[in-house]
Amino acid sequence: MVAKRIIPCLDVHEGKTVKGVNFINLKEVGDPVLMGRGYAQQGADELVYLDISATQEGRRTFLSLVKRVAKEINIPFTVGGGITELSQVSALLDAGADKISINSAAISNPALVDSIACRYGSQFVVVAIDARVEEGIWRVMSSGGQKRSNRELFEWADEVMSRGAGEILFTSMDHDGTKSGFAYQALSTLGSRLTIPVIASGGAGKMEHFAQLFKEGRADAALAASVFHNGEIGIPALKRFLLESGVVVRL
Amino acid sequence: MVAIVEYGAGNIRSLTNAIERIGEDYVVTSDPSLISTASHIVLPGVGQAASVICGIEERNLTNLIRSLSSPVLGICIGMQVLCSYSEEGDTGLLDVLDNRVVKLRSPGLKIPHMGWNRITGLRGPLFESIPEGEWFYFVHSYAPEISLDTVATTDYGGKFSSALNRRNFYGVQFHPEKSGQAGERFLKNFFNIDDRDGYSE
Repeated sequence: MVAKRIIPCLDVHEGKTVKGVNFINLKEVGDPVLMGRGYAQQGADELVYLDISATQEGRRTFLSLVKRVAKEINIPFTVGGGITELSQVSALLDAGADKISINSAAISNPALVDSIACRYGSQFVVVAIDARVEEGIWRVMSSGGQKRSNRELFEWADEVMSRGAGEILFTSMDHDGTKSGFAYQALSTLGSRLTIPVIASGGAGKMEHFAQLFKEGRADAALAASVFHNGEIGIPALKRFLLESGVVVRL
Repeated sequence: MVAIVEYGAGNIRSLTNAIERIGEDYVVTSDPSLISTASHIVLPGVGQAASVICGIEERNLTNLIRSLSSPVLGICIGMQVLCSYSEEGDTGLLDVLDNRVVKLRSPGLKIPHMGWNRITGLRGPLFESIPEGEWFYFVHSYAPEISLDTVATTDYGGKFSSALNRRNFYGVQFHPEKSGQAGERFLKNFFNIDDRDGYSE
């Protein structure tokens, strides 16, 4: 059996790992390469690096960071943030990224998913979906959660899968930052509808949340940032806990 | 010197980075003289079997690869092209390893098989200091069947060959270059094989 994956996510701003709420009060938490290498050594299964710089200069810095990550880290990593064109995808893959993640650009230009999948293969394309419940409907949001789209979560996930997405990274904005657990029900629905892996994000606070996610939530992977960066949850301890809870993990 | 065979299309940066991390000198080449004099040869794993076969034929490397006597490691598609036949595109392959490559048939399981999975039944010098059941990283939809040349198996809705060896030819379905410390150990083991002990019975 394939192992359930634990994926630390590193938000990168002007070359530094940062944390902050809604891009406000960004605080540096360390060097992205050193942090990533540390997570890899502790047993992280993959890494995600998201570029949250909004400037050209920031983008260039990010590309050179991707090259450093590829040189120094021996597990797969996904990069995303601000990708709108095939030329950016090509540059990131050439720099050594294993997968790229797109979000808002897929909403404004869904054919981009087809183009990337067709040119590089589905296994390179992660479509990230941010959504929150509005009047009983899971509404897809774009631009880092700032803009409402006219998409509904489950239909949008079906569509990007049929366009060639290799994985879905679903973030529940209602759960993100709450540390009260993942959006288990929505994740379970995604898991049963989709034939591609689902990465769950938003709401991780304690180890029990991860166990519940993999059992009840049917997710293939869990992504989290602050609980790992703050040291609230150590990856080796989390893996042991999951193993004891009957979840298949790589230890 | 290690030769990584260049047969067009596809990104081999993660492989070259991994080889750099473990400190081996390498060259990426399709030059027959460099390939035939290399201490070790790696066939990287990108694209589809049929397009890799085209790339090999276009460079007139088919007979050269078949006749190599130094240790050869095929990774992912690079291993599949060493086999006899692939269901992917109904493609005839180099036929160095007498294995058919078939589509993974795993009802209820997701295809491609992507992520970390265990390798078991480990045999031979590739797996020196690698424990039974170690985890490696896979991304594939096709895999070689089990045969006498199987030196590791993996279970994904049924067992397939995750490593093969015949004489000096080795192949793995997983990506050692992305498989953390176990992957680096594996690559070191391959580079430690010299052609005398590369032959299995």
